[in-house]
Amino acid sequence: MKKLKIVVVGNGMVGHHYVETLAASSVDADICVIGGESRPAYDRVHLSEVFDGKKPSDLALTTRERYVELGVDAHFGDFVARIDRVGKKVVTEGGQEFLYDKLVLATGSYPFIPPVPGREQAHCLAYRTIDDLAEIKASAKGKQVGVVVGGGLLGLECANALKNLGLEAHVVEFAPGLMGVQLDEGGSGMLRRKIEALGVKVHTNKATQKIVAGDQHRLKMEFADETQLETDLIVFSAGIRPYDQLARDADLNVGERGGIEIDYHCKTSDENIFAIGECAVLGNFIYGLVAPGYRMAEAAVSQLTKEKVSFTGADMSTKLKLLGVDVGSIGDSKGVVEESRAFVFSDERDDVYKRLNVTADGKRVLGATLVGDCSDYDTILQYYLNDIELPAEAENLILPATNGAAPTLGVDALPMTASICSCHNVTKADVMAAIDDGQVTLGDIKTCTKASTGCGGCAALLKNVVDFELSARGLEVNTDLCEHFKFTRQQLFTIVQSTQIKTFNELIAQHGNGLGCDICKPAIGSILASVWNEHVLESDLVPLQDTNDTFMANMQKDGTYSVVPRVPGGEILPDQLISLGQVAKDYGLYTKITGGQRVDLFGAQLNDLPDIWGRLINAGFETGHAYAKSLRTVKSCVGSTWCRYGVQDSVGQAIDLENRYKGLRSPHKLKMAVSGCTRECAEAQSKDVGVIATENGWNLYLCGNGGMKPRHADLFATDLDTPTLLQYIDRFLMFYVRTADRLQRTSVWFESLEGGLPYLQSVIIDDSLGIGAELEAQMQHIIDTYQCEWKTALGDADKLKRFRQFVNSSERDANIVMSTERGQIRPATEAEKRRNQLKVLP
Amino acid sequence: MSQQIICTVSDLVVNSGVCALVEVHGEQKQVALFYLPETEQKLYALDNWDPLGNANVLSRGIVGSVGDELVVASPLYKQHFSLSTGDCIEADASVSVYPARISGAHVVLGA
Repeated sequence: MKKLKIVVVGNGMVGHHYVETLAASSVDADICVIGGESRPAYDRVHLSEVFDGKKPSDLALTTRERYVELGVDAHFGDFVARIDRVGKKVVTEGGQEFLYDKLVLATGSYPFIPPVPGREQAHCLAYRTIDDLAEIKASAKGKQVGVVVGGGLLGLECANALKNLGLEAHVVEFAPGLMGVQLDEGGSGMLRRKIEALGVKVHTNKATQKIVAGDQHRLKMEFADETQLETDLIVFSAGIRPYDQLARDADLNVGERGGIEIDYHCKTSDENIFAIGECAVLGNFIYGLVAPGYRMAEAAVSQLTKEKVSFTGADMSTKLKLLGVDVGSIGDSKGVVEESRAFVFSDERDDVYKRLNVTADGKRVLGATLVGDCSDYDTILQYYLNDIELPAEAENLILPATNGAAPTLGVDALPMTASICSCHNVTKADVMAAIDDGQVTLGDIKTCTKASTGCGGCAALLKNVVDFELSARGLEVNTDLCEHFKFTRQQLFTIVQSTQIKTFNELIAQHGNGLGCDICKPAIGSILASVWNEHVLESDLVPLQDTNDTFMANMQKDGTYSVVPRVPGGEILPDQLISLGQVAKDYGLYTKITGGQRVDLFGAQLNDLPDIWGRLINAGFETGHAYAKSLRTVKSCVGSTWCRYGVQDSVGQAIDLENRYKGLRSPHKLKMAVSGCTRECAEAQSKDVGVIATENGWNLYLCGNGGMKPRHADLFATDLDTPTLLQYIDRFLMFYVRTADRLQRTSVWFESLEGGLPYLQSVIIDDSLGIGAELEAQMQHIIDTYQCEWKTALGDADKLKRFRQFVNSSERDANIVMSTERGQIRPATEAEKRRNQLKVLP
Repeated sequence: MSQQIICTVSDLVVNSGVCALVEVHGEQKQVALFYLPETEQKLYALDNWDPLGNANVLSRGIVGSVGDELVVASPLYKQHFSLSTGDCIEADASVSVYPARISGAHVVLGA
């Protein structure tokens, strides 16, 4: 069959998407693209980021080289002058001619500049292309004031750009409110307040009558209400108009208010010509967002293949961050439909405005407006897009959570058409199809559907859908520890405890298979330690440990280790400080105070560790377990001993807690803190266990953390005396150690506990499971069998054999090379190593 | 490479790794030795250099199995290297493997 000649006019985002989609399709075609701008397609949506320091090349969606790779014949910087429908060719202004079988018009739109007298003079600009940005920048140089005409989306973005250029920014809007197309009066008013608070001056109800020369500044705008505004430049952003001149000249049908008329197949009145994106009009509507443009491009490509997809319109809901202000609009956001009934929530203290429009019977969402807080956007959008029946108290969808839990949408309620991943246009049906095809892990489903591989914002939703569907199909959601053990960590813990098994080999022989791996070995090493608390370097246990535990130090990127002695509660003797410094000096180590009130010594080589620890133990230190999944630090403030405000001895309490729980191996590392008063200088509420002194005793907070996903701890019990405090912490820690998953933080464990805080309180405080005494006894065993792991190791020549760099040589690792920075060592970079012409092994 | 005795069996650590410094074709090499007495071959030798983490650390990784393949997990970023081929499972990388065996009380490298 003869190859199709396809010519695409326009290389904006939509035109480019058409080219990429076509190139990836089964259509055998010669593709030619003609772009009027001098550069290939770029991301116009993020144009204003160029003012924040992005380079135009950062916005590029493609390159000339990429087009060459795809076999696309691309021409830039030349506009198409006319279409010859009879000869089936286009002619450019530069005089080039291109023959086509199918022509695709993706010419986009241009900024509308209102016919104000004076608009032709210098420094009256438009905001549309990268070249426009350069002009705005040049015009703003060394000037003070800039005006944007138009208070819509783009206009506000442009105002932000002017602000970033150091100008005093004004927005002039003809209508009574900002973003009048999307927002109702309340939302628009709230947006205005927030934007004014950011220093942008907003003028609404202003009709510009003419632009004349200014007195203090370059220009003066005169308004219909006889007020004036002086400015150095004016940027018009008052809407867009479709570029349809080519189509008009070629006698294609155009819409009443412009735009090339298309049908559901994106075909124009000439069956060999398509139009897509902002130059096209479907049923008198122009879709001025990029996502509908992409769908048009895909629909147009599909007309050349067997499976024809229609473009029947698209949802115009948007969620944006304008000048840092969250704005969301869904469907009929203003409630103009006659039967619309609104719920409105307005919080003038925190500047939040939300409006939910529902049908008269209250059962369906018609639209919504959100300003200042878009956290409910996704849920409302799902109700809207999928026409899902609302719960009885629909208003909870926009009310703050404290007024009753917001109804969340169960994934089973989502119809098959629900969009799960908007980046890759993956629906629930696509996910189901992947599962039908035999994909049963989240990873495989991601790979084959591409869902959640774009921005990743849908990761949680995707996981819920997959988990729900797998269990609904009777497929077990795999919770096995790894391929060697068909058990969860919790089940293995119970096995170890009830069978009295003390070694990994016994456990895998009786309850597992294979040799084990780097997942099950450390997990079981941790379980064995929690139950039996034997020394980490016992010969049966050594092969189970991660390198940090094996060498009782933390491996750094170059293979050296860091050393952290315990400093309980952060209290340290001057002599100990001096000896720490002396050891660091003698071994040439880098020193840093950690976030947990300790001193970290970096750059120690494997074979120096025993000597270093010999010195530290002589100076009165013991191992800090910085290498282990166990209690790290108990941070404290100075408490009532020194502080004017402290109400209890936080230092003493922190030291006691640290000494009580040091060495406890747990599923994840643990941190604690004790604050001497509610000023909370020890930051106890960001810890797994936080204690805050009160006039009457101690308040206990549990399950906070400062990790990748910070979580404030929950207040668990108040005004406890010290024995009760210890009893609760004993029970809590041991309950967590027994039941948590591998590497599961207390915060994540807590969130997975069915029944939440009340359940945990019933187990710990009321002993509802009847295991309180057992948990305490188990903790007492750990406390009683504590040993400083380094001290024990130093007394055992066999254990120390392991610390040789080489079993057959006393040489050192020649690849470890240090440079100096701010007076201390750091690992040399590869470039530095090469520069010094050092021989790098191997 | 010629055969050389590099250490004794008592220098090895059961089900774990140690490192030896050896000469291979006139060049010094760090070789990681893994002693897995329950497997057929018992002794495995490969480069100590982790080409993904760029440090001499493989001897300090955890050994185990992935499917039927015996592997060591690098202690730096946890990629698995096959003890028999030196190939990395997760990435396009590999390390050299060396013939090694136990002879009486000695560990012999080379063939």
